[in-house]
Amino acid sequence: MSMTMTQKILAAHAGVDHVEAGELILVSLDRVLGNDITSPVAIREFNKLGYTDVYDKEKVTMVMDHFAPNKDIKAAIQCKMCRDFCAEKEVVHFYDVGQMGVEHALLPEKGLVVSGDVVIGADSHTCTYGALGAFSTGVGSSDMACGMATGKAWFKVPSAIQFVLKGTPKPHITGKDVILHIIGKIGVDDALYRSMEFTGEGAHALSVTDRLTICNMAIEAGAKNGIFEVDEKTLAYIAERSERMPVVYKADEDAVYDEVIEIDLSEIKPTVAFPHLPENTHTTDEIDEIKIDQVVIGSCTNGYYENIKEAAEIMRGRKVAKGVRAIIIPATQEIYLRAMKEGLLAVFIEAGCAVSTPTCGPCLGGHMGILAPGERAVATTNRNFVGRMGDPTSEVYLASPAVAAASAILGRIASADEL
Amino acid sequence: MNFEGKVIKYGDNVDTDVIIPARYLNTIDKKELASHCMEDLDATFGERVKSCNIIVGGNNFGCGSSREHAPLAIKESGVTLVIAKSFARIFYRNAINIGLAIYECPEAAEDIADGDCITSDSDTGVIRNETTGKTYTTKPFPPFIAKIIADGGLMESIKKGNIR
Repeated sequence: MSMTMTQKILAAHAGVDHVEAGELILVSLDRVLGNDITSPVAIREFNKLGYTDVYDKEKVTMVMDHFAPNKDIKAAIQCKMCRDFCAEKEVVHFYDVGQMGVEHALLPEKGLVVSGDVVIGADSHTCTYGALGAFSTGVGSSDMACGMATGKAWFKVPSAIQFVLKGTPKPHITGKDVILHIIGKIGVDDALYRSMEFTGEGAHALSVTDRLTICNMAIEAGAKNGIFEVDEKTLAYIAERSERMPVVYKADEDAVYDEVIEIDLSEIKPTVAFPHLPENTHTTDEIDEIKIDQVVIGSCTNGYYENIKEAAEIMRGRKVAKGVRAIIIPATQEIYLRAMKEGLLAVFIEAGCAVSTPTCGPCLGGHMGILAPGERAVATTNRNFVGRMGDPTSEVYLASPAVAAASAILGRIASADEL
Repeated sequence: MNFEGKVIKYGDNVDTDVIIPARYLNTIDKKELASHCMEDLDATFGERVKSCNIIVGGNNFGCGSSREHAPLAIKESGVTLVIAKSFARIFYRNAINIGLAIYECPEAAEDIADGDCITSDSDTGVIRNETTGKTYTTKPFPPFIAKIIADGGLMESIKKGNIR
């Protein structure tokens, strides 16, 4: 009986030879993640259960990234609640200010996820780790609490849509353009409850960063998870960061998919999602002049080294347009440090940008760049819902780091080719 | 379980950022969360929910963030049931886990209008629009899900020994 990549990982973690779409299964968890917003609710629920310890001190992970460094007293209390809990339960992987980064950039970088893992996280963008050939998905705080207590979670086995990628993207076309193009094509709920499995020579040609960006936004198509086939690039990335052995699962040749969608990467143009849904996509060559007030480059979608480097090269020797506030947020301390050593942060500052310590901050309208009524931002983040980055009448346009950097310079939504 | 009440109706893709904006996620106090429920989508929600305790939505209700604060805010506002054409999967799971009843029923969600009076029995899955007289049938909750909702959420159910 044939299975998809996702189904094989789930079967192995349920201790069975075979699973079928629609089946309800109980699986063992390799990692249980929470942040400073979702963990406090999970801790409250965990404490109701009467467990004295977490199931595995090495596998429970908390990252203080959303409202940290603490944006106000209430946020400080929430972080303290997480900090105290992790100290008491001797949680090994607790990342506080100074070590933390945006969680989904941090976990792969720290080698905390390897191919074949099953990871749940109380954050919807937990689906990012599919880039490394893991099954990972977002859950709520109650599921996180149960996961912390028992190391288990129940799932309905998903069916899958297969995306066969071919061709090579043009210069400045990156993972963000690819995933926005796909969401624009299939819509924000087409992959509801299902897996998005990425394969084909085009998938293998993409960098690990691009794969992280693409899987990160699988949730914006409604998917349960996104996952890439493991190859040498994945294994090299993991070998540099983890001592654990990756387990490689490959979909069966005759695996059944609900749909097979072919995407020619060479045809993808710089793509922007207009307010207020990630499916409202337009290519930069078909839009009129749209003036902007702010640019944000960062997040679990696009705060990776490659993204920061590309944005810096576009901004090098140029100035941010008058009236535009550009905020650069490397996703982790490692990326921040490398960007500093290579002089990239100087490039941004000389261009007139603000450079921030890692935080989710403005992506979810938390802090570090909130929009006033009617203001418009181009952001490399993942959501552009009403009020996402501030006032409900403000607007977020989602784009790649290249488009965001070019837009900051020109003061309007623009591709890097227009510079 | 039986449900009865007046309907507040919304469209497609009601996301977790409008259900409870992130700027209020610096608290886990349910009452405080409820006081901001839906405010970016519908400024009248806080007033209307005093007399209307059923929400009807379109496709992909609850899309976006995994924040459990979203169904918590809805439930704490006094809403007893959400009917939609479809739900985002994390929201669906969270709603059950915190004991908020939800029905996926495209026909009912299409037909039912704002202000209609609804009755429903979760054992049979029958939804009746008392205003128009039309009835709809959705799949009833399987017993273990019904039990979680009746117990008030997953944790309460585990504590009561109803989940093993």
